[in-house]
Amino acid sequence: MQVNYRLIKDSVSKNVSAGLLLLILAVIVSIFFGLSAKAYPLLEKISLWEILTESVWSPMKGKFGFLPFILGTLWVTILSLIIAVPLCLGASIYLVEYATDRLRNMVLPLMNVLAAIPPVLYGVWGVLFVVPLISELSSLVFGINSSGYSVLAGGIVLAVMIFPIMVSIMVEVIQTIPLELRSVSLSLGATKWETIQHVVLRKAKPGIIAAIVLAVSRAFGETVAVLMVCGNIPQIPKSIFDAGYPIPALIANNFGEMMSIPLYDSALMFAALLLFVLIFGFNLISRLILNKLEGKH
Amino acid sequence: MASIGSRLRKEKIAKILMQMAGITITGSLFLIVGTILYKGLPYLSWEMITQTPQGGFYIGKEGGILNAILGSLYLAGLSTLLATVIGIPISIYLNVYIKSGSFVSRTSKLIFDVLYGIPSIVYGAIAFSIMVLFGIRASLLGGVITITLLTIPIVVRTIDELISTVPVDLKHVTSSLGATKLESSLVMLKYIKPGLFTAILLAFGRAIGDVAGVLLTTGFSDNIPKYLDEPTATLPLAIFFQLSSPIPEVQGRAYASALILTLIILIIVLCTHFLASKQKKHKI
Amino acid sequence: MYTFPSVETKETQDIVSNSYPHIQIKDLNVHIEGRHVLKNINLDIPNNCITSIIGPSGCGKTTLLKTLNRLLDDSKEVTVEGSVLVNGEDIYANHAEVTHIRKKMGLLSQKPFPLPMSIYDNIAYGPKIHGERDKKKLNAIVEQQLKNVGLWEEVKDRLEASATRLSIGQQQRLCLARGLAVEPEIILGDESTSALDPLSTQIIENLLIDLKQQYTIVLVTHILRQARRVSDYILFLYNGEIVEFGKSEDILLNPKHDITKQYVKGFIS
Repeated sequence: MQVNYRLIKDSVSKNVSAGLLLLILAVIVSIFFGLSAKAYPLLEKISLWEILTESVWSPMKGKFGFLPFILGTLWVTILSLIIAVPLCLGASIYLVEYATDRLRNMVLPLMNVLAAIPPVLYGVWGVLFVVPLISELSSLVFGINSSGYSVLAGGIVLAVMIFPIMVSIMVEVIQTIPLELRSVSLSLGATKWETIQHVVLRKAKPGIIAAIVLAVSRAFGETVAVLMVCGNIPQIPKSIFDAGYPIPALIANNFGEMMSIPLYDSALMFAALLLFVLIFGFNLISRLILNKLEGKH
Repeated sequence: MASIGSRLRKEKIAKILMQMAGITITGSLFLIVGTILYKGLPYLSWEMITQTPQGGFYIGKEGGILNAILGSLYLAGLSTLLATVIGIPISIYLNVYIKSGSFVSRTSKLIFDVLYGIPSIVYGAIAFSIMVLFGIRASLLGGVITITLLTIPIVVRTIDELISTVPVDLKHVTSSLGATKLESSLVMLKYIKPGLFTAILLAFGRAIGDVAGVLLTTGFSDNIPKYLDEPTATLPLAIFFQLSSPIPEVQGRAYASALILTLIILIIVLCTHFLASKQKKHKI
Repeated sequence: MYTFPSVETKETQDIVSNSYPHIQIKDLNVHIEGRHVLKNINLDIPNNCITSIIGPSGCGKTTLLKTLNRLLDDSKEVTVEGSVLVNGEDIYANHAEVTHIRKKMGLLSQKPFPLPMSIYDNIAYGPKIHGERDKKKLNAIVEQQLKNVGLWEEVKDRLEASATRLSIGQQQRLCLARGLAVEPEIILGDESTSALDPLSTQIIENLLIDLKQQYTIVLVTHILRQARRVSDYILFLYNGEIVEFGKSEDILLNPKHDITKQYVKGFIS
């Protein structure tokens, strides 16, 4: 019977897809447990609190203070957000509300190109362009001596890396605000800018926050580009011109040596676990916030 | 009540600021490509693309990076293929077969969001540990596994977004005609076809450019891989290694390699746009 | 509160035809997200007639329509109790095969939605998924249905063009043709002319009147004049309950219940 054959196909595809889903979820769970298992030896020796707040990192002496790395990651991420969010928001609003179609059709594909550029190229650009620039800038303007390899360099490179994600999502979000909403505001005598400030942006808030969250996720874990420009010195950065050492860089740089020093591999796995947990928590919280915001509107 | 003059002035200032923001952003793209072009072009040569490293390549002598070019293409190609084959059914399952809003659907989507954000270095670290456990050496296979895992959340998420743009009417229409869920999904895929191509190509771009994932799992070699269990060179790593060399000739070649990678990416993006525009026929 | 229309239905059934009622709704109760949207619906829909469901916004008209082809199945938090019998078989029974049921019910929505394909493929889609592969037969079906809805002359030269290029009136006729191509027994219309201009509306209405010879038709409408023009029977729904059911003239000109009187007030013209 014809119908039965179709139903079988439907059933099979349903079950295969479900199976794939389960498989992937199982992989994730095993990743989590695997990491935890490997990180455990470190936690046995040093308490969690100590690991997170100690600022001395000297594996050979058995000192595994993670504070510099946590702070390094924070510095770089926050700097990139400070640079990127206003720029992206401004550009996105302009693109949707004020730009001509031609301009829009030229710029948006450009964003796709930016998004596709591999991180390592940003790193190369960072080394060639950003680092010397900062070195000059810091001595000329601030009188500080800096090699240029700094958290600021990391922040700038990261910011440029997250431009495309933020702009494309923000543009999409703003574009989906229905025309009627704008018409209502304009016909009440508001200027376009006022309409944007009070009507469009308010409605777009959840989406804009989602864009930022997504970008932060990306920034948090970006390894290579930042690694190439931030100096890789395990110290707590005191100013934006200081070198730093974000967590992903830590893992990437030291995988080779970890076998020889006791507890080093455990520490690096702990670093990976830390990243995993942080990103998980971050995503969870932002999703909850987003759901609340969307519920309100 | 502010005068209309000052309100319009505020708007003007805002406009100018926004234009500057836009210029900064687009300018940075040109800056990046331009810098790489400037530094890399002098070292770009036919040998670079057609030869593998000959003796003494790393201290400035002859050869090219064909090993890395092909290695990257193989790696990214296989990974993207696998990720698409696994990711599309998962996305369809989550959106069509399960009621969206159900616990399973929401939790799975959250998990994939998290996976999307997990940096490739974490995937690399895991894969490395597993490989050590099983005694697999750093190879193309290791790289493929890592990069596929990395790419699946990207595919799932992007297609998720695409599916959410499909008007619910489409499902109603096909259901009302008596279609099974599978058949309805096929029509839906047709609807999002341009977006699908873009998603796959962008996933490919991500796969080919990744460093951290391959760092620990794929190894490096001067040869073009023939089998899955061989260590394989990849472009990003090649750039990385050459860049850290003290010899200017080699550093220059790093920029040229970067240029080659950029060109590959540009080709991908152009293809994406070309394909997307061709599919506009049935846009509603 | 409601009128159990069994007496009227039996009479009307006897008048209309002696055959078994196409659609029987028994003790239907629908809850959506906790709200009791449809309450104790008991109704026999007369065969080969046009029955219009009228009532104020939010009274449950569209929900009732959607229970007939089980389109509510995929919506969140919906519970359906009771049964809907089509040709004597309960479509909500556990073993009921939903794609088969939906094939029997053609749905015409408010907003025309052409599938992202050519005009030809839109109409051929239904038959194709139900197994028809013969090219000649498909061509015949497409031509027949397009002629049925009066589109054939307008589009016969551009069957491969995208259906999205048609005007909205043409699209709605296309959707009707598409629905008819799977040979349903029953046509459901959900405010199917609300989005159309008067001329297209007229064309669709005339089509439906022609089609009732072969199909049983149930329409949801909020335009009382349309109900008058087109339907044989009218069902007045209020707050999820049936208030009155009967012949169109009776309901519109001589309503028995106060609420009905209120609703159709001012119609007389």
